[in-house]
Amino acid sequence: MTTDLTFQLDGEDIAFTPGQTIMQAAKAAGVYIPHLCWHPDFPAHGSCKLCTVKANGRFGSGCTMEAQAGMVVENRTAELDDKRRTLLQMFFVEGNHFCPSCEKSGDCTLQATAYELKMMSPHFDMFYPDRPVDASHPDVLLDFNRCIMCSLCVTASRDVDKKNVFAMGGRGILGRRIHINSESGKLADTDFALTDRAAGICPVGVILPKRKGFAVPIGERRYDKAPINEQVKEPLKEATP
Amino acid sequence: MTETDTIDAVLDRHRRDGTRLVQILREIQEQLNWLSPATLTRVAEGIGWPRAMVSGTASFYSFFHTRPRGKYCVLWSDNITDRMLGNAELMDAMCKKLWLEPGRVSEDGLVSVNTTSCTGMCDQGPALLVNYRAVTGMTTARLGEMVGLIREQKPVAEWPAEWFKVEDNVRRAGILLGGDFVPGSALKAALSRATAYATEASNFRSVKESLPAGMAGPLTMLDEMGKSRLRGRGGAGFSTRMKWEACRNAPLKAGHTRIVVCNADEGEPGTFKDRVLLTSHADLVAEGMTVAAYAIGATRGFIYLRGEYRYLLEPLEHALARRREAGLLGRSILGTQGFDFDIEIHLGAGAYVCGEESALIESLEGKPGRPRIRPPFPVTNGYLDQPTVVNNVETFASAALVALHGGEWFAAHGTEKSSGSKILSVSGDCERPGLYEYPFGVTVRQVLEDCGATDTQAVQISGPSGICVAAEEFGRRIAFEDLATAGAFMVFDESRDMFGVARNFAHFFAHESCGFCTPCRVGTTLVRNLMDKIARGHGSPYDINELFKLHRVMQGASHCGLGNSACNPVFDTLNKFRPAYERRLKSLDYEPAFDLDAALSQARQMTGRDDAAAHLTNEAEA
Repeated sequence: MTTDLTFQLDGEDIAFTPGQTIMQAAKAAGVYIPHLCWHPDFPAHGSCKLCTVKANGRFGSGCTMEAQAGMVVENRTAELDDKRRTLLQMFFVEGNHFCPSCEKSGDCTLQATAYELKMMSPHFDMFYPDRPVDASHPDVLLDFNRCIMCSLCVTASRDVDKKNVFAMGGRGILGRRIHINSESGKLADTDFALTDRAAGICPVGVILPKRKGFAVPIGERRYDKAPINEQVKEPLKEATP
Repeated sequence: MTETDTIDAVLDRHRRDGTRLVQILREIQEQLNWLSPATLTRVAEGIGWPRAMVSGTASFYSFFHTRPRGKYCVLWSDNITDRMLGNAELMDAMCKKLWLEPGRVSEDGLVSVNTTSCTGMCDQGPALLVNYRAVTGMTTARLGEMVGLIREQKPVAEWPAEWFKVEDNVRRAGILLGGDFVPGSALKAALSRATAYATEASNFRSVKESLPAGMAGPLTMLDEMGKSRLRGRGGAGFSTRMKWEACRNAPLKAGHTRIVVCNADEGEPGTFKDRVLLTSHADLVAEGMTVAAYAIGATRGFIYLRGEYRYLLEPLEHALARRREAGLLGRSILGTQGFDFDIEIHLGAGAYVCGEESALIESLEGKPGRPRIRPPFPVTNGYLDQPTVVNNVETFASAALVALHGGEWFAAHGTEKSSGSKILSVSGDCERPGLYEYPFGVTVRQVLEDCGATDTQAVQISGPSGICVAAEEFGRRIAFEDLATAGAFMVFDESRDMFGVARNFAHFFAHESCGFCTPCRVGTTLVRNLMDKIARGHGSPYDINELFKLHRVMQGASHCGLGNSACNPVFDTLNKFRPAYERRLKSLDYEPAFDLDAALSQARQMTGRDDAAAHLTNEAEA
């Protein structure tokens, strides 16, 4: 095995194996590249664009671009973080995110990333979309107000649970949303279970177990303890029944 | 026939094959008027797909209705050229006559009226679609008649035939539009051109890489493509030979074949040349596809026809049937052993993004048209993971001419970097809108002269995602090395408001964004909102800066060309027609988007009041 393959990430040499993406190599080296839709266990989705880096002077997604020997990659530059902050603000205005009342506060990747990138306000006018909540399932609540379209639940349900409970459908800002695999469109009418991998995969507060509110108090949650960029090597803690 | 029988019949006709889902849904909707939840469930069971995926696809395309729609569904083409011909006033009049709000189905379920993206009739607008049939040249008189027919519930099939007449409007023909093409002649030329060396080499390759054996000249054909220097006509201008060669060289998995796809999803507003090529030169296009199949060793072909051109489906099917009878499609084409190729037509369903080749392939597979992550590119991993060449309609037509006359003949036309001819779709402020075919290298000024344009302020080249050219640039040339274009050429005279043009395009992109990536999904809407804010007279220099900022974010970070180019018209007009923006701005650093008076509009509507006392004065105006 060759071990001398490296590329530069913000001036630091990062080792990689052939076929690894910039994101995978950075994660293995413990270097944080901001991201929301990427998950180490699944193929890259490439939709959130938070991981946009500049590789040899060209913009690209760190999660989809393969590392090349000698590549010079910019990551946490003022220019890129500025773009990321704008992308985060886009997320905050297109959905309905009220952190103080959200059960996921402190464990939420979107919130932690916004803190990391020093996003101080949503900046743009809020869209206030109408996104109904699905409380039909006995054990799980779906609050689509917080959905960031990362598709992780779609992938987990399809590839791990083999259930296809979710699919991404619709088009554009008004249409794009998660479709539930039942004629009623209700989660209760699917075979979804709290033990599914998809039940614990949501990086924000869409898929929440019922009757489990605030089991860990605010102030003691994952990102209350350390910022997200210091937890690159920590295994992701997923909700368990 | 019950609804389930109808659904099952369509499913059976498509062999219950999920990759044909877009076709299945369209055909069912044509019979049942809309796609009910029960319909989607039955389709999902029929093709063995998760229901959520079926509803995911159904909800992606503008032309699919997952809620009851009117018996008559009227959609006004809303390109800027339709606007300039007065479509907004006509649509407004239609809504008033029918007592309708745009976008709402009438209480009796009879009719709905709304807008749709450019239907490709810019040379004969204002245009509309009625139950997805194209209507051209709307007038006030025609409008009155149409409303009458809707009220009488006269079936669309019995409406006056002249309303559905689509003219070719070829104003200047060149090697493509003016040729007297004999079906089969290009293929015969390609087959006869091979040298003994090429035959040997090609047969060797064919055995080695499981390409159809016994074919004499695929490599010679590729050589001719190289000599022709033909570049893709969809706008990007990639070398056609390189694309074909990459596909031919892609390793083939067991059971796979190579695929040729004709991109006839002519969705770029202001472009309508493919409509004419497919109407009057279908053989040239199909022959170009067959030449490609021959060169790369493909056995399957698709024409992806945009839903707006539904009326072309039957004529094209007939053209393909004629070719099959003539031995120009099917098995052993022109008696050449191993040369098997056939073409099927897939209709789109109202999604501009499907013009992007990987989104088009997703749609061909029955899925939402979401551009894929690239690499891998379609030439290695395309339709159902098979090596796939996707080319524009005009590229295939040009390729047929390369096969017929040879690469050197073709390369003698045009410029050094842009060989051959280019068909321009001219519309807007000119006396003679229609198709103009020129050798590459023609100046904008020349085209303007030929089409009878006077007092021209600007030309939008290659549609909203292209470039806006101002008067001092009219000496520039249509060519890949200067103004690359997919064909749109929209003319705006001095009376036009270029801010209004850019705003129309901003609305277009917000409507057509697929929603996959954040910068495009949210950014196109933010840009649209800012343009609307400026239009309402609430803009300030701050908003101009915001537009520039969004342009920078979207251009660098978007997933595909749609998001990357969505701000081009705003950026161009801001740079070249700044006064059109500035005269709308308030001379303030910041203006809130919130409008006190507008916020009361719902209350006014509910109480039926519109008197002075029902209005508030905004502070800044007071």
